[in-house]
Amino acid sequence: MRNLLTLLLLLVLGTSASARGVYQTQDDFLAEVFAGAPPQAAVVWLRGEVKATAAAILGHDYPALRIRYWGKGKRTAWILEEIGKEKPITVGLVVDDNTLRSIRVLEFRESRGWEVRHGFFTDQFSGARLTGGQELDRSIDGISGATLSVRALEKLARLALYLHSQTPFAHDPP
Amino acid sequence: MKRVMIFFSLLAGLLMAATPLNAATPTVEELWNIIQKQQAEIEALKSQQQATEQKAVAADEKAEAAVEAMEDTAAVSGNWTDKTHIGGYGELHYNNIDADDSSRDVKDMDLHRFVMFFGHEFNDRIRLFSELEVEHGGVEADGSPLDGEVEVEQAYLEFDLKENLQARGGVFLLPVGILNETHEPATFYGVERNDVESIIIPSTWWEGGAGLSGHYASGFSWDLAVHSGLKMPTSGDNAWRVRSGRQKISNANAEDLAYTGRVKYTGIPGLELAASLQYQSDASQVGSDGIDDGLLFETHAVYQNGPFALRALYAEWNFDGSGVEAAGADEQKGWYLEPSFKPRKDLGLYARYEDIEGARDQDQFDQWEVGLNYWPHEAVVLKADYRNRDHDLSSASGRNFDAFDLGIGYHF
Repeated sequence: MRNLLTLLLLLVLGTSASARGVYQTQDDFLAEVFAGAPPQAAVVWLRGEVKATAAAILGHDYPALRIRYWGKGKRTAWILEEIGKEKPITVGLVVDDNTLRSIRVLEFRESRGWEVRHGFFTDQFSGARLTGGQELDRSIDGISGATLSVRALEKLARLALYLHSQTPFAHDPP
Repeated sequence: MKRVMIFFSLLAGLLMAATPLNAATPTVEELWNIIQKQQAEIEALKSQQQATEQKAVAADEKAEAAVEAMEDTAAVSGNWTDKTHIGGYGELHYNNIDADDSSRDVKDMDLHRFVMFFGHEFNDRIRLFSELEVEHGGVEADGSPLDGEVEVEQAYLEFDLKENLQARGGVFLLPVGILNETHEPATFYGVERNDVESIIIPSTWWEGGAGLSGHYASGFSWDLAVHSGLKMPTSGDNAWRVRSGRQKISNANAEDLAYTGRVKYTGIPGLELAASLQYQSDASQVGSDGIDDGLLFETHAVYQNGPFALRALYAEWNFDGSGVEAAGADEQKGWYLEPSFKPRKDLGLYARYEDIEGARDQDQFDQWEVGLNYWPHEAVVLKADYRNRDHDLSSASGRNFDAFDLGIGYHF
């Protein structure tokens, strides 16, 4: 019973402790990606074929009319969201020369699947490109018990690579 | 003659002056008027162009404002949906069991589970998880033939203590085994769940209490929980049966609590290694009734490499008490191996072998099983399998069977 009381006390103390969920702010992510000088945001409008392809990748419509991104040279950065099991996972993705350079979980709110935010999982995505069928050119090994979070990140990786191909930064940098 | 020539010269000059060419040449004053007129027209065009540009800018601003308003509205409604979440899963089974004792043949169709999840985020640090399950189609009411249960399998609050440390309190799934915490039908092979995680680990296994969880970037995590314990029967057909000891937090006797701990490593993608230990201070909640304390040890490995995967699990109970020892049920254990192969993204084949030594005669058997899962959507699964069960005891040999099962399941 004493142990139970100790745990309950920890629960109460928990209400004044630090928060989980936000691991990196969007501003910090962009500053890191663009060496402290992120460019002006641009947008990709989700309409026509772009909207249809994004929906095919996600399995549902992306819940916005347009998606903001930041581009410089051949590099674009994206901040996208997708629900894992119950709650949205906010992910920052960097595409360089049509290749996924990095994927980072900025906010994670699910009860399980925390592994997907660590390097031992996200490093698998580095260097991934899209095939003609909008699939990743490699197999991503999952996390047992975190299937839905893993799928969410795979979908966002494919979406970022596809959206990048729809920007001027995919070809000749403006 | 000279006068005549002068006359004709003057006449020619007058005629030339009267030609159309000389008539179109404007005077300076006329030129000035023309320029003034053209300038006015240019100004008017400029003005029109500016007005058009202003309208275009205004239209852009309005469109931007409209999009932003829609995004804001979505964000506001998104806040609500961010805070409250609904999900669920369900599975329908068809079982065709051909037993050695034909009186035990079974052909039935069962809405085995229909489950709804409800979650709510009170703030960034406190959230609720809940799961309401209807089993076997519902519960009997007004003489209807329903043979199921309505159960609250989860209803707990989770608190963030630190970035990698959480506490929880309420009714929660115990951190034991592979399936107990994650058992949506599309995530495992077989129409029926494996029997080790039913007979030895009584999944789905939930208790009321409090717990702590921590995890690290290396891939290690741990769980500790203090919770209500088992209340295993000590007599009757289900004597010493672990699964019959679940109190399901329905006025559960909390005289003697239980303690569960788990360590898990998932630091390599595709790999999970875990071990759990649970101590039941009195597995029946009653002193001197033939069963005292109990200890559960469970360990498992899950490995996936490309299309190949393997699950392996071992679990063992050891109970103290004169009655349970006399019945030979003081040690209950089981294990299974499950290799699988996915030749396509939407198709998986598997085989499973399990060996179980439970308390009852019918809970001591080994079983072979093969089957397939087909996923028309990642969250929807169609299943088919064949099972062959062979009991250890001759007294239960009539229960030996071959079975063919079909299932359909989903989660969202």
